[in-house]
Amino acid sequence: MHAALSGLAFVVRRFGQALLVMLAILVIAFAVRTNLGDPLRELMGQAVPESERAELRKELGFDAPWPVQFGRYLVGAAHGDLGTSFIYKKPTVEVVLAKFPASFELVLGAGLIVLLFCVPAGIYCAVRPERIGARLILGLSVLGISVPVFLTGIILITIFSVWLGLLPAFGRGETVALGPWTTGLLTVDGLEHLLLPALTLSSIMLPLFIRLVRSAMLEELRHDYVRTARAKGASHLRVWVVHALRNALLPIVAVGGLQAGTLIAYTLLTETVFQWPGMGFLFLEAVTRADIPLITTYLVLVGLLFVAVNTLVDLASLALDPRVSLGGAR
Amino acid sequence: MVRFLSIFVAALVAVAPMAFAGGKTLRMAYDADPTSLDPHEQLASATLQLSHLVFDPLVRRRKDNSFEPRLAESWEQLDDVTLRFHLRDGVSFHSGRKFNADDVVWTLNRLKTSPDFKALFEPFESANKVDDLTVDIVTKAPYPLVLNLATYIFPMDREFYSGTDEKGRPKDAVVKHGSSFASANMSGTGPFMVTGREQGIRLELERFDGYWDKNSPGNVQKIVLTPIKEPATRVAALLAGDVDFIAPVPPTDLKRIEAASCCTLITAPSTRVLTFELNQDRIEAFKDPRVRKAMSYAINREGIAKKIMRGFATPAGQLSPEGYAGHDPGLKPVYDLDKAKALMKEAGYEDGFSVTMIAPNNRYVGDARIAEAVAAMLAKINIKVDLQTMPKAQYWQRFDARDGDVLMIGWQSDTQDSANFYEFLAMTPDPKTGYGQYNAGDYSNPQVDRLTVQSQTMTDEAARTAVLKKIERILADDAALLPIQWQHLAWAARKNVNIEPVLNVIDMPYLGDLVIE
Repeated sequence: MHAALSGLAFVVRRFGQALLVMLAILVIAFAVRTNLGDPLRELMGQAVPESERAELRKELGFDAPWPVQFGRYLVGAAHGDLGTSFIYKKPTVEVVLAKFPASFELVLGAGLIVLLFCVPAGIYCAVRPERIGARLILGLSVLGISVPVFLTGIILITIFSVWLGLLPAFGRGETVALGPWTTGLLTVDGLEHLLLPALTLSSIMLPLFIRLVRSAMLEELRHDYVRTARAKGASHLRVWVVHALRNALLPIVAVGGLQAGTLIAYTLLTETVFQWPGMGFLFLEAVTRADIPLITTYLVLVGLLFVAVNTLVDLASLALDPRVSLGGAR
Repeated sequence: MVRFLSIFVAALVAVAPMAFAGGKTLRMAYDADPTSLDPHEQLASATLQLSHLVFDPLVRRRKDNSFEPRLAESWEQLDDVTLRFHLRDGVSFHSGRKFNADDVVWTLNRLKTSPDFKALFEPFESANKVDDLTVDIVTKAPYPLVLNLATYIFPMDREFYSGTDEKGRPKDAVVKHGSSFASANMSGTGPFMVTGREQGIRLELERFDGYWDKNSPGNVQKIVLTPIKEPATRVAALLAGDVDFIAPVPPTDLKRIEAASCCTLITAPSTRVLTFELNQDRIEAFKDPRVRKAMSYAINREGIAKKIMRGFATPAGQLSPEGYAGHDPGLKPVYDLDKAKALMKEAGYEDGFSVTMIAPNNRYVGDARIAEAVAAMLAKINIKVDLQTMPKAQYWQRFDARDGDVLMIGWQSDTQDSANFYEFLAMTPDPKTGYGQYNAGDYSNPQVDRLTVQSQTMTDEAARTAVLKKIERILADDAALLPIQWQHLAWAARKNVNIEPVLNVIDMPYLGDLVIE
C-alpha cells in the first residue's frame, strides 16, 4: 500500500518536473527564435517583393517581439494548439508524432543489436581479458567510437548497397499501418531497410556498452559471493550470467538511461544519412528551412521524452535493486 | 529518300515494341520535394518541376531556349500590347473536362492574386477570351517578355478548383500558410496525375490515359519521386540501383559517376550567376570604381572553377549567361594581380583596408569555399577580409539587413531574360517600385536605371538586345558587382534511362517525354 502510494507520488512529481522542463525549453526556444532564420524566406520565392513578405510576416505574427509571441503561443497551447508547420501545413504535434514510429523502430533495432552483442562480448572481455579475442573486441570498439556515425553510414551503404547490392541504400521501405502506427517491422522489405541504419546507430552505442558491461562485470567478479558460488560448485556460466551479471546490470541501466540524449543526437545523424523518415530527420529539415513552429514543438516533445525515459530508468533500477527507493530518486 | 524511309521504318520497328511494352516505372531522387501541390503557392523550382508533370504550360522552352507550343498551338502579335494565343483543341483535364480559353483567363487571374507570382505578372493587364480556343493576353504597356512569362501559365482546371471544400473554404484560395484545397488536390492537363503523396517521403504519379500529346515518345507509366537530402546517399542510391534518376549530383561525385558503367552523367551550364556585392554604404572605398575593378582583377575565377568547382562552373565576367540577350561574349573575366595593385595604388588604397564578408554555406554549390578563396585572393591586394559563413536560413536575414561589406548572392532570372538581373541586382534600390531589391551594394547609376526601364517596353528585339548589351558593358566597366561564375547543373541516371533529350538549362526535366529502355 505504502509502496504504491509512494510510486504514485513519484510519477506525479516527475510529471511536474516534465512540465517545468518543457516550459524552460519553450522560453529558450522563443528567446532564440529570431536567430533561427527567417521562415518567410522559405515560404516565398526569392524575387517576391519585400511588401508581400512583410504582409505575410504580420499575418503569421512574426513581427511581434518574442515575449508577445510567447504569450500568444501559451494561449494557443492552453487551447491545445501548438502551431502549424510551415512545411507540412498540418498541426505540428501531428507532424512530429507521425514520425515517431520510424525513429522508435530505428532505436529499437539498434538497441536489439547492442543488447545481442554487448552482453556476451562484455562478459567475454571481463572473464578472459588476456585472450586475443577480447583485445580485438576492445580494439575494434575504439574504432567504432572514433569513426563519425555519418561516415559509418556511408561506408556501410557503399559496401552493402553499392558493391554487394544486398541491402537498400535509403528510406524505410514498405510499411504496414497498424492504426496510427506505421511499422516497417512486419515486411521483409521494411526489415531490410532497417538493417543498415540500425547497424550504423548501434556502432556508436555498442563500444560504450561493451566497455560498460566489461567493467561492471570485472567489478562484480571480485566480490566474495562469486567465489562462494564457485566454491559451491556452480558452473562458470551460471556464476557469470545468473549471479554477477544481474548485479552488474544496475550501473549499466543507470548509465544507459543517461545515454538517451546521445542516442537522440546520433539518431538525427543516422536518419539524415539514410533518409530515414523519423523525428531527427524531420528536425534537421525544420532547422534548415526555418520551420519555427515545428522546431519548437519538436524541442518540447523531446524534452518530454527525456523525462519519460529517465523515469523509466529509475523504475527499472527499482525493479533491479530493492535497496533503491523512490523517495531517493527525486 | 529511300534511305530516309528505311531509317524511319527502322526507327518505327525499334520504337513499336517499346510503346506497347509500357508499364515503365521511373524512380527518381531529388534534393527537395514541393511543399504544396498548388502551382501558384510558391515560386520555386520544386513547384515548377511538379507543374511540368501535372500541368502543361502555354509554351515551354526547347533545349535551344526557343519556345515550343504546348497548350498554345500558335500566337500572333495583334498590336503593341496584345498577343493572341490559339489554343490546342482536344485537350482534357484529369477530371475529364475539356480545356478551353476560360481556363487560361481563370489561371491568369489567379496568378495575379498569388503573393509569389503577382509581381512577375504585374505587366499583364488581363487575358480576354475571344472564343473557346482563342485568348488575347493584353499588357499594360508594350512588353517584350509575354512569351517568357507564358511558360509560367499552366492552365488549371477552372471548375475543379471552383466552389468550396468540405470546410466551406473557397477551393481557389492561394494559402501560403496552412492547408487549402489546392495544396492537396490537383487537376491539370499534364502527362501525369498525382496518385499518392507522403510529404517528404515520396510522391507517386501515374500517367494520364487521356493525355493529348500522342506524339510524345515518353513511355513512363509511373513515377516515384523520393526526396533524398544527403547528396552522398542520393549518389549511392543511384549506384546501387535503388533509384533510376538523380538530381542534383554533387561536384565531389561527378568523376565517380562518370566512371561507373551503370550510369550516365549529364552536365550543363546553368543560368544562375554567383556574384559578390560591394556595400558602398558601409565602405567608402567601394564607392571608387578603381577599387571595385582592382578587386575584380584580383579574383582568379578560372582557379575557383577548376579547383573548387572541379570544372563544374563557367567563370563569369558579367551577369547574363550565354544565350541571354544581354550576354556579351567580349566580356571575359580577367585575372591580373599587377593591374589590381596598380589600381589600388592609383585610388590611394595601396595599404589596403579591412572589410567583412558574409556568405551562406548551404545555399549554392561550393558557396563557403568560394567565399574563402575570394577572401584569400583579396588579401593579395591588401584587403583584409573578415569572413563569416552561415546557413541560408540565417544568411538572408543578414543580407536583407545589408549586414556585411561584401555579400554573396546567386541569382537566376525568373523571366529568363537579362533585364531581370539588372532590375534586382543593379538598379538603384527603391522600396516603392521594388527595383534593386537585392542590390545590397547600393550601387547607383542613373544610366543603368534609365536603360533598364527603357528595355522593359521595347518590342524591337534587335534594338532591345543592343540596350541590354550596353547595360551589361556599363556594369562590367564599372565593376558594379563582382560576378564569379555560372554554376553547372548535373543530372545522372541509369544507362537505360535516356534523360539527355528531356533535360534543359532551366532544370525542368520534361518527364512526360522520357523514354526508358
